[in-house]
Amino acid sequence: MGGQDKLERFEQTILPHLDAAYNLARWLTRNEQDAQDMVQEASLRAFKFFDGFRGGDARAWLLTTVRNTCYTWLEQNRKSRATTSFDEELHGVEDNALNPSVLAIKGNDIEMLKESLEELPDEFREVIVLRDLEELSYKQIAEVINAPLGTVMSRLARARGQLKRILCSRFKETP
Amino acid sequence: MDCTNVQTLLDIYLDRELDAVRNLEIEAHLEGCARCSQSFGDRQIIRYGLKTESLYFKAPADLQKRIQRSVREAARAEMPTPWFSLSWMRIAAPMTAAALVVLLLIPFIKGPSTDERLTEDIVGSHIRSLMVNHLADVPSTDEHTVKPWFNGKIDFSPPVSDLAKEGFPLVGGRLDYLNDRPVAALVYQRDTHVINVFVWPSDKSAQISGPIKTRQGYHVIRWASAGVNFWVVSDLETSQLAKFAELLKSSVATSPR
Repeated sequence: MGGQDKLERFEQTILPHLDAAYNLARWLTRNEQDAQDMVQEASLRAFKFFDGFRGGDARAWLLTTVRNTCYTWLEQNRKSRATTSFDEELHGVEDNALNPSVLAIKGNDIEMLKESLEELPDEFREVIVLRDLEELSYKQIAEVINAPLGTVMSRLARARGQLKRILCSRFKETP
Repeated sequence: MDCTNVQTLLDIYLDRELDAVRNLEIEAHLEGCARCSQSFGDRQIIRYGLKTESLYFKAPADLQKRIQRSVREAARAEMPTPWFSLSWMRIAAPMTAAALVVLLLIPFIKGPSTDERLTEDIVGSHIRSLMVNHLADVPSTDEHTVKPWFNGKIDFSPPVSDLAKEGFPLVGGRLDYLNDRPVAALVYQRDTHVINVFVWPSDKSAQISGPIKTRQGYHVIRWASAGVNFWVVSDLETSQLAKFAELLKSSVATSPR
């Protein structure tokens, strides 16, 4: 495959998914600048290994590279990952019911939701981002996070449960 | 299906990834169970909130451009042997025509100057160093490792200085062959751009310098000072490359030989 040909194919199949790449990187790094660096680095890496991409799901393929790049970065910046040790007990064991009207109405709650999602451990945050924001299927998520389907299902359920608990405790704090 | 089972499957139900039979069972259960129905409702609310536009971060416009640029650069660097590539085929025809004209004119013109030939050779050497993945025989960012490496391999000691502080880190060195003699090639980097500096003794002791030349998209800056020839080549834009050349000149002038 000629270099020019490869470049054109790459630009047509992979680059349209930069928004998805950036969104995932932004949620994993939790800041703009690092997210941009991650996407740039991942794109170059993806280009380098593009010969190994045999068609199929281009978005999931790119997201896999983005995720790996981000995790390498997270490993190196582990000091900022205090949230991994999130204490499920601390945030209340009671299965509180949410007040339906709150989230639907107030813009503040969206901010609260954003903060709660950022508070989740990376492994939980990413499945919610991939499923609820990116709307990937379980199969695609399994490909991106390189885990069996069963893991995807249980992780997603636990992630949502924890997100709900954080939200509930935040609602209680707000007068 | 009891509440425990339903709770386990609730997320999969929400994601519509459940088989039809169990789907119906859960629907039936939710109708009759207020508790499960409430927790399903909560999931829907959170999910609805997550769909808010402001929670999806779109790539900034200039990031897209930046990535496009760097990918194109990477593509250029990994082009296969250029004489077979498409872009060469495109210019092959006009080149043949040009060659014909040159052939006809040969009796009237002088051949390319040695200077010109050397420029071509240097650009060729630079491209080869990028293509065959043979940038450095001695990959090191330490000038005190790179400089001694040339001992015994070459009949002079090239001036090596690390310009990392100025944003041009030393990457390494290797032996190359130019102008009918072995020369030292020092490799520097600026972001993703590689800079090759070819160094060999000059028989002129006076300081001379030539204009910036551009061949096949690569810029060449050359000068000689204190009995040493310097040829700098890179695809880095000319203003940056000129800055690099100035830094190198002054660091060579101030460092002990």
